[in-house]
Amino acid sequence: MDVPLIELSGVKKSFGPVDVLKGIDFKAYAGQVTALVGDNGAGKSTLIKGLSGVQPYDEGVVKFAGEEAHLHSPRHSGALGIEVVYQDLALCDNLDIVQNMFLGREEVTQGTLDEGSMEFQATKALQSLSVRTVKSVRQKVSSLSGGQRQTVAIARSVLRNAKLVILDEPTAALGVAQTEQVLNLVRRLADNGIGVIIISHNLADVFQVCDSINVLYLGRMVASLKTSETNQADVVGYITGTKTMEGVA
Amino acid sequence: MATLTPTEIGSGHEGNIRDQITAYGQRLKNGEMGALPAVIALLALVVLFASLSPFFLTTMNFANLFVQAAQLTVLASALVFVLLLAEIDLSAGVTAGVGMALFVVLHQMMGLNWIISIIAALALGSLVGWTIGIFVAKIGVPSFVVTLGLFLGFQGLMLVMLGDGGLFRLDVPELKAIMNSNMPVWGGWLMLAIMVVVSLGLGFYDRARRNKAGVANRPVALMLSRVALIAVLGGVAVAAMSVNRSVSVVPIDGVPIVIPIVIAILFIGTFVLDRTTFGRHLYAVGGNPEAARRAGIKVAKIRITAFIICSTLAVVSGILAASRIGAIESTAGRSIVLSGVAAAVVGGVSLFGGRGRLIHAAIGALVIAIIDNGLGLIGLPAGVNFLVTGAVLIAAATIDALSRKRSGGGVRV
Repeated sequence: MDVPLIELSGVKKSFGPVDVLKGIDFKAYAGQVTALVGDNGAGKSTLIKGLSGVQPYDEGVVKFAGEEAHLHSPRHSGALGIEVVYQDLALCDNLDIVQNMFLGREEVTQGTLDEGSMEFQATKALQSLSVRTVKSVRQKVSSLSGGQRQTVAIARSVLRNAKLVILDEPTAALGVAQTEQVLNLVRRLADNGIGVIIISHNLADVFQVCDSINVLYLGRMVASLKTSETNQADVVGYITGTKTMEGVA
Repeated sequence: MATLTPTEIGSGHEGNIRDQITAYGQRLKNGEMGALPAVIALLALVVLFASLSPFFLTTMNFANLFVQAAQLTVLASALVFVLLLAEIDLSAGVTAGVGMALFVVLHQMMGLNWIISIIAALALGSLVGWTIGIFVAKIGVPSFVVTLGLFLGFQGLMLVMLGDGGLFRLDVPELKAIMNSNMPVWGGWLMLAIMVVVSLGLGFYDRARRNKAGVANRPVALMLSRVALIAVLGGVAVAAMSVNRSVSVVPIDGVPIVIPIVIAILFIGTFVLDRTTFGRHLYAVGGNPEAARRAGIKVAKIRITAFIICSTLAVVSGILAASRIGAIESTAGRSIVLSGVAAAVVGGVSLFGGRGRLIHAAIGALVIAIIDNGLGLIGLPAGVNFLVTGAVLIAAATIDALSRKRSGGGVRV
């Protein structure tokens, strides 16, 4: 296979005496959806916070598109094209979709906000994801459903020319139909050549949409599997620690 | 020119006027009512008082009404900047008082030039706002507490600066003229002409920019009718103020000088809120500070700037107050701040942050000025005035809370 979009080798992170990440190896590819699963406390959030630059790793090598990268701050990660969509989505209810998608990077021409240009690009970004559930890009976010909000948050990362989008529990708060919508959206994101990492507790979702599954157990990567070559029972085994890589190898 | 491929995703700018009216109705249903309840209240009050007092609709009273509302409009506009952040500035009134006290000390006691003294008073306002901002944004003290402390402290400071029971006559004719003199009749018409031209210019500028970006524009008739509304309403008002409204032999005519000043403040403030990144970020911080922070917005800087604008504009309202009564007292500005908050809320500014515009403050200030003026004319005691104003405020806050509930739990597909 070609060069991974992101490659972690021997990544470690500890908080005082607690070693949260004990030497992680991890790869994610452009155009693929990579799942990161594990029980609470396995180190998923810490791994993601390192990628987003919020909490840099203590040790280990990070390669982005084959080149060594130093993710010291969210700014570094953002510049490389790494975008994280957090569970709470970080949207302003009182602003409309365009305003939210351009929040913090508004386009200004002749000293004032260029609403037309922003509206155009926001619409394009939503179209590129074949979004059909949004009627108007000038709707206030307060009037959107949970799935639509998730859509806006994901489209925002597309707008920022993200190369790697990390989704934290994207379907946790959604109903069946909306989960389906969001999973389709995730698939299209990958089909557009973006690397996607999904953190999820919902294995049904993971098996439906992900190309590969990585299991964290107490700070170690205990399994990196192709979705087509494994099943839910095995993955549950790795998550709960009753199964090890050697056991199946 | 870029174009969008036809799609189901619109922007609400498509369609003819009928579609636009339907969309407006939908927004009202969703609880985005804006100033509409206040405008309805305003019209109802005008009809009520016009039927109760023959003097209410006279040109003299009409001009007075606007002058009465002017000071409150500026104070309420000042407060909008912090209310948008779901903060409050209880000290805005006494900050205005302290600013004017500094003016008295510099100009009337030390003999400094009045323009420099006014600039110093405004600068003091900015300094007060910066201080409040630091306490709120950097240290994390609730704005209610910081400004309540200043509210008490500044009352003392004014007494120290001006002495117990101190009352200083304003001796600058230029300042007294703001609230007590009128522009020549042609000045009023010139003001209206400038307003119409600027509205038209901005309207066409926006359309050109949207065209260039390749997104839909609302029907041009909609923009033109909005400008026409300004022209007609403004025309009626200017015409009414252009006839001699004096009851004595000395004629009084023309638009009061304060009116273009207030309109300029409203225009510049609205421009900043609607069309600059600072304005956008202010609304964002008011809506969801955490989301704003993650989007890279410097939340503390926005908060501090909002408090600086609020306190500085508050001093401007203090200048208007001093101009109106022709004097500066050591007890100035104690009670007016609550009327300012009331005006903003009555006009449709949300106390929960993130929602509201300066025009809401102006409409709310007019409502409160009309209640004050009308009840006075029909000879009801002052107590009734407070009771009615209080009831209107609670009604407005209730509408705000209910519409917020509706838009929060609105149509979820």
